[in-house]
Amino acid sequence: MELYRSHVLICRGTGCTSSKSDDMEVKLNELIKEKELDKEVKVVRTGCFGLCEAGPIIVVYPEGAFYSHVKLEDIDEIVEEHLLKGRIVDRLLYKGEEEEKIKSVNEVTFYKKQKRVALKNCGVIDPEDINEYIAYDGYMALGKVLTEMEPKDVINVIKDSGLRGRGGGGFPSGLKWDFTSKAEGDQKYVLCNADEGDPGAFMDRSILEGDPHAVVEAMAIAGYAVGANQGYVYIRAEYPIAVERLQLAIDHAREKGLLGENIFGTDFNFDMEIRLGAGAFVCGEETALIASIEGERGMPRNKPPFPANSGLWQKPTLINNVETYANVNQIILNGADWFKGIGTEKSPGTKVFALGGKINNTGLVEIPMGTPLKEVIYEIGGGIPNGKKFKAVQTGGPSGGCIPANLIDTPITYDSLTEIGSMMGSGGMIVMDEETCMVDIARFFLDFTVEESCGKCPPCRIGTKRMLEILERITSGNGEAEDIDKLERLAENIKSSALCGLGQTAPNPVLSTLKYFRDEYEAHVNEKTCPAGTCKDLVSYSIDPEACKGCTLCAKACPVDAISGERKEAHVIDQDKCIKCGACEEKCPFGAVVNK
Amino acid sequence: MKSLEELKKIREEARKKVDLREEKKGTRIVVGMATCGISAGARPVLMALLEEAKKRNLNDVTVNQTGCIGVCRLEPIVEVYRPGEEKVTYVDMTPEKAKKVIAEHIVNGKVVTEYTIGAYEE
Repeated sequence: MELYRSHVLICRGTGCTSSKSDDMEVKLNELIKEKELDKEVKVVRTGCFGLCEAGPIIVVYPEGAFYSHVKLEDIDEIVEEHLLKGRIVDRLLYKGEEEEKIKSVNEVTFYKKQKRVALKNCGVIDPEDINEYIAYDGYMALGKVLTEMEPKDVINVIKDSGLRGRGGGGFPSGLKWDFTSKAEGDQKYVLCNADEGDPGAFMDRSILEGDPHAVVEAMAIAGYAVGANQGYVYIRAEYPIAVERLQLAIDHAREKGLLGENIFGTDFNFDMEIRLGAGAFVCGEETALIASIEGERGMPRNKPPFPANSGLWQKPTLINNVETYANVNQIILNGADWFKGIGTEKSPGTKVFALGGKINNTGLVEIPMGTPLKEVIYEIGGGIPNGKKFKAVQTGGPSGGCIPANLIDTPITYDSLTEIGSMMGSGGMIVMDEETCMVDIARFFLDFTVEESCGKCPPCRIGTKRMLEILERITSGNGEAEDIDKLERLAENIKSSALCGLGQTAPNPVLSTLKYFRDEYEAHVNEKTCPAGTCKDLVSYSIDPEACKGCTLCAKACPVDAISGERKEAHVIDQDKCIKCGACEEKCPFGAVVNK
Repeated sequence: MKSLEELKKIREEARKKVDLREEKKGTRIVVGMATCGISAGARPVLMALLEEAKKRNLNDVTVNQTGCIGVCRLEPIVEVYRPGEEKVTYVDMTPEKAKKVIAEHIVNGKVVTEYTIGAYEE
């Protein structure tokens, strides 16, 4: 058996890989070989550690030394000092806000507050090695289900656990399983929705990259429970690493007889395949997804019939999201009561969020449901950078809404977020500071939905386009008095008349910002100003002659030579030439450049 | 996969390979692995410690390396930290001695006095 005294875990999720962790892995292996340490030290590629802001991340065991922001040229030092001589490279250790260097991965506040269920193995195992998955109880749940449980028992456990769909809707998963199992049909299918489309959300990708077997195992369990022998994972082709690792996982599971015929010596057969999507947002809607797998154009259809009764090729079909599946194995192994013990009564378990925007610890976090937003943003997320003020947090992506600062104590559950005009969504969480214009944010999301609308139903195809036009008018300073009311009316109408979830939720970003930040809309329309100072057409830069010291830095920074003035005398901006890029404001050491 | 037992067997084997990454509360064995230690033959000692610990399924024991312990003439040096006990320093180690340390000290809790720095100095 191979014996290693040290394991070097290197993050090969998409984030860290794009920062060259692939080259680092190669170099690590080369140097380790060169120093003849290859019999003692093993390099293990893992999925996302979650703290993407600090990436690329390398963790060295047994010490658990947590290296962050590692560069290719640092690899030499890690090998020479740490691996060869046993001296931890202090310089590269992750530093928390306390400015103390953190030696072990277990000491990081970012992780301490989290509860990892769906991300249990991410950043812990090598996703390309089925044995590592098995070492952490992988496929034990499938084994237990096939050898000790009846299909109806499995469904009852999932029902009892209260697990709800993690893709956004929050529909009770056990009910879906039950409907599909009771539906009549000679052939049934199990689908996995890995068409993660919300801008900024990347938890499904990370699960597939870091722990692909969890999804394979859970789909086989679902197959047994509902009576299906074939599964499909619908995943976007723009996730190449996830696709590759999932395919490997499927191949390895087949080799080990964990997919295929007579699994665990029973008469249960199950196999699965990957179907690649082209990345259309609407294909995350289940009926559009099914159409896309069938080779049709990805467009939604009316429900009912629901996929549970008539889904893929009109057969009863169970469809769940990646993160939902990632919870299933744990529920089977630990029981429904264990799961209910986490989170709240109506929203049990945990939820993974992709933290982004104006926040210090950008990354992936998994928290028990019911955790207040505040804790996620300030404690796990480390607060807002550069001492700026928190303004709002956007959850649920293009289908969700903005939550203002005064509601930051709201606990995160499906129902509490819906109550305040946002939604859980798939788990994007975008933090905004005082310099974010809320009208512009609404415009950004509408721009996205207009682009992604499939065009089948008029409310979505025409309505969202009209909304976007109004928003563009407002942000460019051409808003008219009745625009705000018109926008609100349109939004309500689209919400109640669109065919699918995409259209029905598309107005949410507008409605929630209108609800909490109406004064900003009014300022844009009535006073033609942008309070946050970001809408280009509404701001003008000028220099305060009192504060200006005539250092000439602004004039040098200006790309269009709009700033003039003598050295040591107050400078002036030529408003006709100014393109409002803000470079002068950034450069000024005295805060003399003001934008209004 | 034919049965749950087969999976459990694979799991037991696989677990041995990853338990390095779990937090350990038990004994820590440290080998001096600076230039002096390595040239005196610390590497085979380290490997022997690892092998013996694995063979005996001592999952709570970590074997680690460190820099120069300071008494270079007595290398290879192995130090054993058992929770709640004083550190024991073994000097002039060989792979055979290392195996004995695992068997007597780590498993049975009896310090192998003859290999310790105290015995050597006398």
